[in-house]
Amino acid sequence: MNWRETLRTAFEAVHAHRMRSILTMLGIVIGIASVILTVGFGQGARQEVQDEINSLGSNLLIVSPGSSTDDSGTRGGFGSATTLTLADANAIADSDVVPDAVSVAPVTSTSLSVVAGDTNWTTTVMGTTTSWLDVRTRTLASGRWFTDSEAENGSKVVVLGSDTASELFSGQSPVGQTVTINGTTLTVIGVLDSSGSSSSGTSEDDMAVMPLSTEAALTGSTSSAVSTIYVECADADVLSAAYQEIDTLLLTRHDIASGDDADFSIATQDSLVDTASSTNETLSVLLTGVAAISLLVGGIGVMNIMLVSVTERIREIGLRKALGATPRVIGQQFLAEASILGLAGGLIGIGIGVIGSWILPLIIDQPVTLSFLATAGALGVSLALGVGFGVYPASRAARLTPIDALRSE
Amino acid sequence: MTEVRTAKPIIELEGIRKTYTSGSITFEALRGVDTSVAEGEYVAVIGPSGSGKSTLMNILGCLDNPTEGSYVLAGEDVASMTETQLAEVRNKRIGFVFQQFHLLAAQSAWRNVELPLVYAGVPKAERKERAIAALTKVGLGERVENKPGELSGGQQQRVAVARALVTEPAMILADEPTGNLDSRSTDDVLGLLDDLHGAGRTIVLITHEDEVAARAQRNLVIRDGLIVTDTPVVRGVSA
Ligand SMILES: Nc1ncnc2c1ncn2[C@@H]1O[C@H](COP(=O)(O)OP(=O)(O)OP(=O)(O)O)[C@@H](O)[C@H]1O
Ligand SMILES: [Mg+2]
Repeated sequence: MNWRETLRTAFEAVHAHRMRSILTMLGIVIGIASVILTVGFGQGARQEVQDEINSLGSNLLIVSPGSSTDDSGTRGGFGSATTLTLADANAIADSDVVPDAVSVAPVTSTSLSVVAGDTNWTTTVMGTTTSWLDVRTRTLASGRWFTDSEAENGSKVVVLGSDTASELFSGQSPVGQTVTINGTTLTVIGVLDSSGSSSSGTSEDDMAVMPLSTEAALTGSTSSAVSTIYVECADADVLSAAYQEIDTLLLTRHDIASGDDADFSIATQDSLVDTASSTNETLSVLLTGVAAISLLVGGIGVMNIMLVSVTERIREIGLRKALGATPRVIGQQFLAEASILGLAGGLIGIGIGVIGSWILPLIIDQPVTLSFLATAGALGVSLALGVGFGVYPASRAARLTPIDALRSE
Repeated sequence: MTEVRTAKPIIELEGIRKTYTSGSITFEALRGVDTSVAEGEYVAVIGPSGSGKSTLMNILGCLDNPTEGSYVLAGEDVASMTETQLAEVRNKRIGFVFQQFHLLAAQSAWRNVELPLVYAGVPKAERKERAIAALTKVGLGERVENKPGELSGGQQQRVAVARALVTEPAMILADEPTGNLDSRSTDDVLGLLDDLHGAGRTIVLITHEDEVAARAQRNLVIRDGLIVTDTPVVRGVSA
């Protein structure tokens, strides 16, 4: 008997006991669907972080004060140390020293409250250079960006993030209006487009941006410390070259002999994604583990039902043997049945997973990204479960003696 | 019908014993059966209920092993065969007709009849052709697509006979094939067996009805696990 006959016979048996087959598959269906969804959640969360970090700009290196290389890889002292200065930013901008940097935007930032009329809103007040807009690949929703001369003169102008604008001016056009920060009155000259990051609650749309000198006057700060230097590179290929150049430059400028003692850190967008996703990943590994256990339980369910099926169809097995089925053929038939149950369960599980990945994000506001690899893997696992847990029932069926099988009632 | 027993034997039994054990109780169903059946012979085995007829047939059909004794089938010692070889013997050499029909309820008549051909590795198109030819031979050419549940008892047994003859086996073993049938259907089935015998097949028929036994060439009477008489049948006037 060839494999096609075996498969056909197995299909007929699965079909003949439709209800039971479906119930048997249920364990595998649930297991596969939950594996796909939990993996999808993990990936979705990572994608979300990735989008957010990509919204910073493209081909960016982000230089921050403070050391980064503690054991856990988290960026210690981000923004708190004052070891980066405007002079550092200017040095990086020198095309002889860091030829791979296209554009540099130093940023100082402070949290301050902004007043418009009788509305009061606390936001991040940022001072930066005119290059910031390009480096961060931001665009304006209305108004204009500040000019080089405004930057030089410390003009009292401000550009608001989209959320900030709507908080302060609820609906009215902010351009041309004034806001007061720390007692200084500034004219709103523009509003930024939303950063386009999919996640809500990002600070990228809640800010008040102005020239560095304006911000220094506002806060009364005399230091030239900056909290971040964004460096835009020509393309992704030169990122590591630029990284090296900036690292060498800043170590020299700060008189530090060993890279281990660096008082600054340089992050790429990828490394930021890794750091930010690590907690999410722990959770999703855990959830996937739970899902995997439910798959295992599903597999045991298949075995249980296959054993019942062998007992129930003992007379059929006896008849088939009397008519010339070898033990091998009988074993293969039951193995094929278990595999079909596993595979069909897997396919249905994938279907439910796919549907779930459309519906769930609507309910829980968390993106679910289906991965081809996880889906293909799930299918493989469900087939393996069917085969694996079908072996024992199949060998039981194969070993039955024809007369005992025929005679049993 | 003279001297059939000098023809080549297809079945040779020597000292066949079968002991059933259930728990601490053992029961000797066959207590030393010696006989042989020649190729092309038509033998009826008769005896009271519980005398060991079915036990004997299961051994003849390689469905069960004797506890003791030797069984040589067509020159080969059955005891030396593996389960896989036995499956092939059952498939190629033996056609079974059971008292309880043993048809697969979920499948149509022709799918039931083609089953032995499936295990013989016959290609699909040929299987269907041969299954339908066999069903036509037993007079069910019109009912090939019906499931067993849609057929009468006599028709079901004819499907079973078609299944037994579809592989053209040398030997047909029938365990009370008419036990569940009325006299009309009994005649149908016995007529089919007569035809098969006419075509040169060896037939071993188990029955406890004398009229049925009278259709055979030779009657073996079994009692308490032993053959007590072995007589050629003297045909009456009728047929
Ligand atoms: N599996 C078994 N375990 C124990 N005893 C058995 C078993 N099968 C048959 N027997 C016993 O062996 C004896 C012979 O059984 P068998 O089925 O061969 O009788 P039979 O001649 O076919 O009877 P009937 O005409 O009623 O079919 C009976 O007494 C029966 O109880
Ligand atoms: Mg019997």
